[in-house]
Amino acid sequence: MASKRYASVRRSACVSCGTCEAVCPKQAAAVINGCWAEVDSGVCVGCGLCAKACPANCIELLERPVTP
Amino acid sequence: MKKHWYHYLWIWTIVYFALGFFNILFAWLGMIDFLLPLGFALFGGNKWFCNRLCGRGQLFLQLGSGLKCSRGRPTPAWMYSKWFRYGFLAFFLTMFGNMLFQTWLVAAGAGSLREAVKLFWTFRVPWGWAYTPGLVPDWVAQFSFGFYGLMLTALLIGLIVMVLFKPRSWCAFCPMGTMTQGICKLKHHDRT
Repeated sequence: MASKRYASVRRSACVSCGTCEAVCPKQAAAVINGCWAEVDSGVCVGCGLCAKACPANCIELLERPVTP
Repeated sequence: MKKHWYHYLWIWTIVYFALGFFNILFAWLGMIDFLLPLGFALFGGNKWFCNRLCGRGQLFLQLGSGLKCSRGRPTPAWMYSKWFRYGFLAFFLTMFGNMLFQTWLVAAGAGSLREAVKLFWTFRVPWGWAYTPGLVPDWVAQFSFGFYGLMLTALLIGLIVMVLFKPRSWCAFCPMGTMTQGICKLKHHDRT
């Protein structure tokens, strides 16, 4: 069952440091081509560790849309 | 998460600065931290060094999160803004260039070896115990002192912002990170 929330990265603010990748317990976060980080929403459990650790404050937790 | 060998490179950071404290010539090993990230960015188009191999970033995480040395406060927005990141990069490269110039002066015989480490580009700290004169050409030693000063300054700044804000706040404006991200964006034609 998918989590209620998932992490989303604001690409324009991301400094691609890889902190999110380092702290994610599910390896859902990864830096893409050294440009910005992305979080696989299918793997993400919405724990918020990446958002808490991100030095550029560019990760937010969003509510998953409720499927009818 | 499964641990790999590169998850323990924070130990190398501690070893590096300890080595430089006892023998300044070990400072040259810091060139790995300068050349490898550039190599990954220029030839691999990635920031693998920052993301996996940077011992400094790992050390900040160990101290900040692991040992709870960080207050965990949000990093101020200006610190990760484009103007500050690129401005700090320009400043750091200027200081690096100045350090190279001082080294060249010593090599050319126009300057004498200064057995001191400059912290925060300002405070000259005597470091003579870490070098035996005559061991290597003076310019080699001069580079060691200069480079170690830059590396130690960066570490100290990183530790300060680690305590004040988030553990890896330094990574937000690290000159190597800014430079390699810029290179990667150019390589991958990103205009974000």
